[in-house]
Amino acid sequence: MANQQLNSGNPRVDIEYRRKKNAEEMRYQLVSFALMIFLTLIAFSAVYIKGFTAWFTVPFIILLAVVQVIFQLYYFMHMSHKGHEAPSLFLYSGVLVGAVTILAFTTIIWW
Amino acid sequence: MHADEKFTYETWPAAPEKSTLESKNKFLGFWFFLGGETVLFASLFATYLALKDKVPSTTHHLAKDLFELPLTFVATMLLLTSSLTSVYAMYHMKNFAFKKMMVWLGLTALLGAGFLGLEVYEFTLYVHEGHTFTSSAFGSAFYTLVGFHGGHVAFGLLWCLTLMIRNSKRGLDLYNAPKFYVFSLYWHFIDVVWVFIFTVVYLMGMVG
Repeated sequence: MANQQLNSGNPRVDIEYRRKKNAEEMRYQLVSFALMIFLTLIAFSAVYIKGFTAWFTVPFIILLAVVQVIFQLYYFMHMSHKGHEAPSLFLYSGVLVGAVTILAFTTIIWW
Repeated sequence: MHADEKFTYETWPAAPEKSTLESKNKFLGFWFFLGGETVLFASLFATYLALKDKVPSTTHHLAKDLFELPLTFVATMLLLTSSLTSVYAMYHMKNFAFKKMMVWLGLTALLGAGFLGLEVYEFTLYVHEGHTFTSSAFGSAFYTLVGFHGGHVAFGLLWCLTLMIRNSKRGLDLYNAPKFYVFSLYWHFIDVVWVFIFTVVYLMGMVG
């Protein structure tokens, strides 16, 4: 992956390789940005065009949000890189506790 | 490698955010903090979902009467773009291009300020329509969730400006590179939270 040190023994080659790796990663990030904008546009249009029922729109836009957040986490926040085992553990533990909280508040609590 | 070592483009490490013991700890600690932030925001989302449209009488506004698509859309685009500009800043950080990194960080701060301005404008509109923090349970839950996020943006803005001013003459080294990196993680996380806010609060609010 792009964040790994490469040692070919020739510093010139190493720098050239790293520069290319960084540029390549930047391209991936631009692609994920384009996809994120695209997903946002779809979500807003799904609400703007009033033809769909809430039963379809709500799960659909939540799914779009989840996909967009995965792009944000794995590309913008580099979770796809090596050495992110502990961050994954921390984040997913948080997600687990958060999901249980939301489930409880939306199902077994009422006013 | 030491925190106060001088570097050139040739000697700059491939992962400057994790090249010293301090920065490794900082990286780990910051992700632990983000795990906690996830729980914090999830509880605020849970509260909002439970109290959405819970108003004492029919004279109060509900979510579908309040929210406007164009305003939310512009705010979303501003914050999403600021996420990309901070990616560019980190790209230049990895290439040891200090000035370029500073320019992109400046753009990030500018977009963040734009977002914050819009949010203040939006809250003022709602208050004038009678939707306040104390007007209903819905109002309290709404301002707590969205306001907490706005507070995070304001904090991030100050963080970014402080880093830029504090390190303006220092150039890049292993002392400040991890600081810039951790800030960019924080900024992306704010955007992650906003993705759920515009979906759950605004879009779902307009659906009904």
